[in-house]
Amino acid sequence: MLIEISKLEVKYGSKKVLQNINLTLNAGEIVTIVGPNGSGKTTLFKAIIGVIPFSKGKIKIKPNLRIGYVPQQLKVDQTLPITVERFLKLATRDNNDLKKMVAFLGLKNIYREQINNLSGGQMQRVLLARALVDAPEILLLDEATRGLDQPGIAAFYQKIENISKETNCAVLMISHDLHVVMRASDRVICVNGHVCCEGTPENVATSPEYQTLFGSNIDGAFALYRHKHDHNHDVEGKSRI
Amino acid sequence: MLDDFMTRATLAGIGVSLAAAPLGCFVVWRRMAYFGESTAHAAMLGIALSLTFELSVLAGAVLVSLIMASSVTLLEGRSLFMDTLLGVAGHSSIAAGLVIVSFISGVRIDLMAYLIGDILAVSKLDLLMIWIGVGVIFSLIIWRWSPLLLVTLSEDLASANGFNPKKENFIITISLAIVVAVGIKVVGVLLIIALLIIPAASARFITLTPESMGFIASIIGVLSSILGLYAAYFFDTPTGPSIVCVASLFFFLFLMLNIILKNKI
Repeated sequence: MLIEISKLEVKYGSKKVLQNINLTLNAGEIVTIVGPNGSGKTTLFKAIIGVIPFSKGKIKIKPNLRIGYVPQQLKVDQTLPITVERFLKLATRDNNDLKKMVAFLGLKNIYREQINNLSGGQMQRVLLARALVDAPEILLLDEATRGLDQPGIAAFYQKIENISKETNCAVLMISHDLHVVMRASDRVICVNGHVCCEGTPENVATSPEYQTLFGSNIDGAFALYRHKHDHNHDVEGKSRI
Repeated sequence: MLDDFMTRATLAGIGVSLAAAPLGCFVVWRRMAYFGESTAHAAMLGIALSLTFELSVLAGAVLVSLIMASSVTLLEGRSLFMDTLLGVAGHSSIAAGLVIVSFISGVRIDLMAYLIGDILAVSKLDLLMIWIGVGVIFSLIIWRWSPLLLVTLSEDLASANGFNPKKENFIITISLAIVVAVGIKVVGVLLIIALLIIPAASARFITLTPESMGFIASIIGVLSSILGLYAAYFFDTPTGPSIVCVASLFFFLFLMLNIILKNKI
């Protein structure tokens, strides 16, 4: 057992953002959290890493658990000069591990760049490298594919799946890329302030609660999502060929 | 050697700028300039209370600055933003301080000495206190450098790695209070924030890593205090403001270099 959450409740002011959340995570498991915007997914992560207090319940975390956390995004202030190299060295002192990770995620050509100058996709890779470099026992990915294109997203999750298998690292991820992530997950938890439904990807995707939130178009859920962008949209989203 | 007032003044200036520069980098990175300034203003209340009750000015300044900074941090988010709260607390403190000082009868107190410093009057005891303060700040910042940097980059990342952002933030607050207190004699409560942010801001133009920025800022700070001190001696100008003027010259020099070289560091 790495993390055990029971009857968790988090309030912002008097508003309950999360209630009655139960979640147990074991080594090597891949668990995906889905849910609409504002459903408290990121709040759940922040409660786990301990940056926001909770009003009820318990979060039990294995002592000295090595957590690799990949946030939605990281904005570094322009006033702070820092290279990718220096940033990664904040996470580890082992140069060999670092070199391996840099090669593994293809960061060599941006290694001496300023963090501020990176593109969204490059930044995500740097954040992932940072999370992975210290051999984490659990990865927390909060919409970690932000800024990646479709092939990039597929490749990203493939990497995560491989890492998890190789190192027995558990993965807890929040994702909107339902079609891609559900395939790799052992369990899916659908959150909307509370746990709507959970279980195997198949069970969740066919459950009425999930379909109410995300619609019943589940055909794509078990295949790689292929969206051929052969048309343009105007500002209102209408198609223009 | 320490019997010469210029030697004492130089050592005091070097000490305060050495402590202020790396701390100033954090103030710049975390956008805490106003926080620092209000902490410094609060010191005036501490000074006034110490003079009234005949206590140590240094201790009074540290204590009141700390209380102000901590209570503002605790109150943040209750309908008012941090800068407003700081504006209220910092300015009330300096105003209250000035009012309280006016009640003290007997010895006439030279307010200007506290507001803009009086480095030429640094005693051996002052010098000892300054360097103890410098030692404390330097040890704190170097000991906590990586966690502080990580918290500055992202409190979430730091927390996930097992660091407590509140604890690290408090280290910055306590260092600020100490630097304000030991800086009173050198540049005074009105100008100490300049010694924090001007060297750091100047160093930003020519550096690529946090460490080099801290290092260059320290050099700029030390040079400013030495050059400022001697400029004040030769031109017979007030010392604290002269030091800050030299630091500003460094800032413009590096700014120009940055513009001319079109170096978008």
